[in-house]
Amino acid sequence: MAGNLVQGAVFTVMVVRAGMLHDPGFEFELAGQVQRSPRFFLNAPVVLDLKDAEDFTQAPEFGEAKRILRRHTLSLIGVQNATPAQLDAAATAGLASFAPNATQPARPRPTEAAPAPHHQTAPAAAKARLVTQPVRSGTQVYARGTDLIVTAPVSPGAEIMADGNIHVYAALRGRALAGAGGDVEARIFCSRLEAELISIAGRYLVSDQIPLEQRGLAVQIALVDDRLTIERN
Amino acid sequence: MGSHGEKRGNLLAKVIVLTSGKGGVGKTTSAAAIAAGLALRGKRTVVIDFDVGLRNLDLVMGCERRVVFDFINVINGDAKLNQALIKDKRNDNLYIFPTSQTRDKDALKRDGVERVLEELKEDFDYIVCDSPAGIEHGAITALYFADSAIIVTNPEVSSVRDSDRIIGILASKSRRAEHNLEPVDAHLLLTRYSLERVKKGEMLSVEDVKEILSIPLLGVIPESESVLRASNTGTPVAFDEESPAGRAYLDAVARFVGEQREMRFVQPERRSIFRALFGRA
Repeated sequence: MAGNLVQGAVFTVMVVRAGMLHDPGFEFELAGQVQRSPRFFLNAPVVLDLKDAEDFTQAPEFGEAKRILRRHTLSLIGVQNATPAQLDAAATAGLASFAPNATQPARPRPTEAAPAPHHQTAPAAAKARLVTQPVRSGTQVYARGTDLIVTAPVSPGAEIMADGNIHVYAALRGRALAGAGGDVEARIFCSRLEAELISIAGRYLVSDQIPLEQRGLAVQIALVDDRLTIERN
Repeated sequence: MGSHGEKRGNLLAKVIVLTSGKGGVGKTTSAAAIAAGLALRGKRTVVIDFDVGLRNLDLVMGCERRVVFDFINVINGDAKLNQALIKDKRNDNLYIFPTSQTRDKDALKRDGVERVLEELKEDFDYIVCDSPAGIEHGAITALYFADSAIIVTNPEVSSVRDSDRIIGILASKSRRAEHNLEPVDAHLLLTRYSLERVKKGEMLSVEDVKEILSIPLLGVIPESESVLRASNTGTPVAFDEESPAGRAYLDAVARFVGEQREMRFVQPERRSIFRALFGRA
């Protein structure tokens, strides 16, 4: 009847070292990071690394960790490198057990530097997301942490978003939001501008505001001095 | 299923859904006409009404006075398939499977629908599913098991927008999509087309619609009074040989099974010399 009930999947998840939570500077630094890329961190899953964190042993401590991270819109979902006792306590707090990572590079001690989420991706570093089928009305595509490339039309009523650049090698008729995580240098490129809405890092123009002479053309859209500019390609 | 004659043999039955998103564009008319067209070609065809609670297929097929048991009865096990299927009086290859008027779409249980379709596949070449409008449970259930989809669209902006939406849903919520099988093959059927209105700029052209929807064109059905006549007399318009719409449906069916046919009603019809002489519009 129904297909498999449980399927395997691979996810990239941020890792925060448990020791950092005791560092007074941690929350301040974290708040700064989140503010710079709010969409990226919103409800993002986090795993707590318990390596060298023998003092983390009680269920309430894990609950507190959850709350601290939740204050910054992060979602603590599990622990890693835990002892059996810690696993138990974590489970009581509703946290899952994740396999330990492979060998890791040496990391800065808690008193130094800012917290470094393991999964730090500049848009250029991660592989661009490629969509080759038409993006139909009512569909949303979000290329998290990277560029989005679409080689088929984007219908009216469809929404395409990327933390990086957006390239549409066809007609763009829906909504396109580049630099969704706040990157003001992101750009939108398309073969045929017929968009309902275009946006870079939160600044936007609706269809009505797009000059008539630029509609239907191949253009490049960038944020210059905080204003969206549209240039022929 | 002895009462329906011999078993069909090894040919794979095909499930076709007529869907649109938008209401009132001609799904039921087209489902009836296409099923009739397939039957006229010797294919054993059953047309099923998925519009529980708002059933129309039985009216359009002219069998509303012969409905005893329906799709929901069979899903619930209250009746057997052969008690609910109605044979068309005009063509031995054509059967109608009406739905309930008193229940609603929640009565469509997916595993029940699957079971019924599997049973129908033993006896029929084509299973034509007439979907309700919308994108909720009824419409999704109608398209879930489809092998092919005919997207019924009027040359008008809202209809095109809704058709685009339903194509997207087919690509993500059908059984083939969920199980990563070969995708449902979608075809565009443009209905209520008027060349005069396109020329006046009041209606989207075939090319406009094709460009926005990006799916292959199966046929263009011209606006025609014969369609209303067909509904009111309970005769699928494909059985009306005089009707331009009927002929267009037969062309569409021919293309569906792989024949080449030119699109008739898209070029201006050649006016006969007599009409020109007598100045008739």
